[in-house]
Amino acid sequence: MHSISSLFHHTLAKPWIWAFIGAFAVWLATIIFTGGQGAGQMLTAALSFATFSVIVGIGQMFVISLGPGNIDLSIPANITLAGVVSMKLMDSHNEMILLGLGAALLSGLAVGIFNYTLIRLLRIPPIIATMSSSFLILSTAIAYGRGLKIKPPAALAEFTTTHIYGVPLLAICIVVLAFILGVMLHRTVFGQSILAIGQNPRAAKFAGISVEYVRFCTYLLCALLASLCGYLLAGFSGGASLNMGTEYLLASIAVVVIGGTSVAGGFSNLPGIWGAALFMFLLVTMLNTFGLSAGLRLMLTGIIIVGVIILSTRSKQPS
Amino acid sequence: MTLSPRMFRSLLPAMSLSVILIAIFYLQPRTMSYFGLNLLLNLALPIAFATLAQMCIITVNDLDLGIGGFVGVVACIGATLLNDSPLLGVLALLGCIASYAALGALIHLRQLPSIVVTLGMSFFWLGLALMILPRPGGSAPQWLHAIMTFKTPYIPFTIIALSVVALLVHWMLKVSAYGTILRGAGGNPSSVERAGWSLLKTKVTMYALAGCFGVLAGLTLVGLTTSGDANIALRYTLLTIAGVILGGGEFVGGRISPIGAVLGAVTLTLTGSFLAFLHISPDWQIGAQGGILILVLALRAIINRAETR
Repeated sequence: MHSISSLFHHTLAKPWIWAFIGAFAVWLATIIFTGGQGAGQMLTAALSFATFSVIVGIGQMFVISLGPGNIDLSIPANITLAGVVSMKLMDSHNEMILLGLGAALLSGLAVGIFNYTLIRLLRIPPIIATMSSSFLILSTAIAYGRGLKIKPPAALAEFTTTHIYGVPLLAICIVVLAFILGVMLHRTVFGQSILAIGQNPRAAKFAGISVEYVRFCTYLLCALLASLCGYLLAGFSGGASLNMGTEYLLASIAVVVIGGTSVAGGFSNLPGIWGAALFMFLLVTMLNTFGLSAGLRLMLTGIIIVGVIILSTRSKQPS
Repeated sequence: MTLSPRMFRSLLPAMSLSVILIAIFYLQPRTMSYFGLNLLLNLALPIAFATLAQMCIITVNDLDLGIGGFVGVVACIGATLLNDSPLLGVLALLGCIASYAALGALIHLRQLPSIVVTLGMSFFWLGLALMILPRPGGSAPQWLHAIMTFKTPYIPFTIIALSVVALLVHWMLKVSAYGTILRGAGGNPSSVERAGWSLLKTKVTMYALAGCFGVLAGLTLVGLTTSGDANIALRYTLLTIAGVILGGGEFVGGRISPIGAVLGAVTLTLTGSFLAFLHISPDWQIGAQGGILILVLALRAIINRAETR
């Protein structure tokens, strides 16, 4: 009995547990409202959609962990460009799937290198650099993808929408990817360097960490994950569109913060991203189910997000 | 005469505006007239007000990712309540400003990350705007439209308004005594606090100011377009940050320039016309805005490097 209660306390002490509790509470409120109808489908849908927020959220988390001022605002533009480029290249042909993935990742690679070049050469805060580059990236995507109506290859569409006993195959893949990235964060020199820089860049430098190299790799990783998201999202939603990335500006930042990662940097929380992404999707589903108007739904979403941020920021402050 | 790097840097916003203006005059000489300038600068006033709002927030080391949505709310109030029942409309607008001040207090008291809070608020504002005006429509009050289309002699109204606003805000933040305290709250908060000034008060003041400029942006916008739309100003959010930076503002440290911010906003407004005169597709408009921003930042980096040498 003692070990169970200590396990219980141990689990509650983890900051990420709150995001999952929130997601569960919202789900429960919704199925009580519907009388239990559609409870399973709702979870399947939540997992499907949360997957995309998780992919970009992890990238954003690595960047935010680097410390104050580090944030990637180019994620939405990056998603759109990768989606447009890969869909255009694959042109609905199944045999082009891997080539399309390669093209998407290449566009992400280019974005990442460009972002870091701006940060380094112009010596400007990353938030300004990624914002400036997002203008260029989005323009490129708009000009390149004008009038684009290309369906994704059938096999890609199937891969991104298949369920196994109600669990989306894509979600399973991304859980594995998240696990690998989690190991990288906590068990490799690179991951520990990110956290060290976030906690104290000067100390990290004196400890012999190549700060600029780690920053470069982090922005690159974030850009690659965003382009992967763009590729998969275009496959999932039946093609690329010019505003497909828009909602991921808030999503990528919100899942990181709600998931328990410190905005001041230096402390990451990867499992919390899953909880937060599920919470965000289920929240919107709940408000939809209650039959609220679009305006009221958006207002409540805003209030609840701000409220959760107030709560989660307080619990992290030293008492 | 040799220009010191410092001088050169402060002239940069005016120079970038001159370059793009001269290029437009060269491409289309007919714009060099009362009527032409009026058309060119048509939308500059609301963007300039929104940019000043963003600048107030940046002064205290925060960032506002919700200003576009906020301007949309004001535009929707302007096209409905303010026209139908003016008293209620004015109260609603005052409420908007008060909620911005409250947001500043909340962010300061709970030490919240402004980026995340204002991003969350952007949903709130968009939702509120949709509640007020579910579909684009409504109509701006007659007096507002009359002000915005007022024909001043010799110099277009927009240019006069822009100059007056820029100088006024310059005096407020760069000359007046309390303005120095307000900027100091961004530059060195702990020393301002130790000198006996309330950081809470400075933050609330700057957020309230931002709210005022946001309201002015929304009202001038709806005065020009004569009808409201919840999504009308969403693209302002990033554009205003670009304007502040283009105008010589820095992201941290309370280093801002109101005149520069107005010039930056006008420069960004003109890029659309510039591309049109070059017969380049409007697809590239935001790309060109990003390009100008990067170019100016690069010039600034070169100047800074020359300075440290």
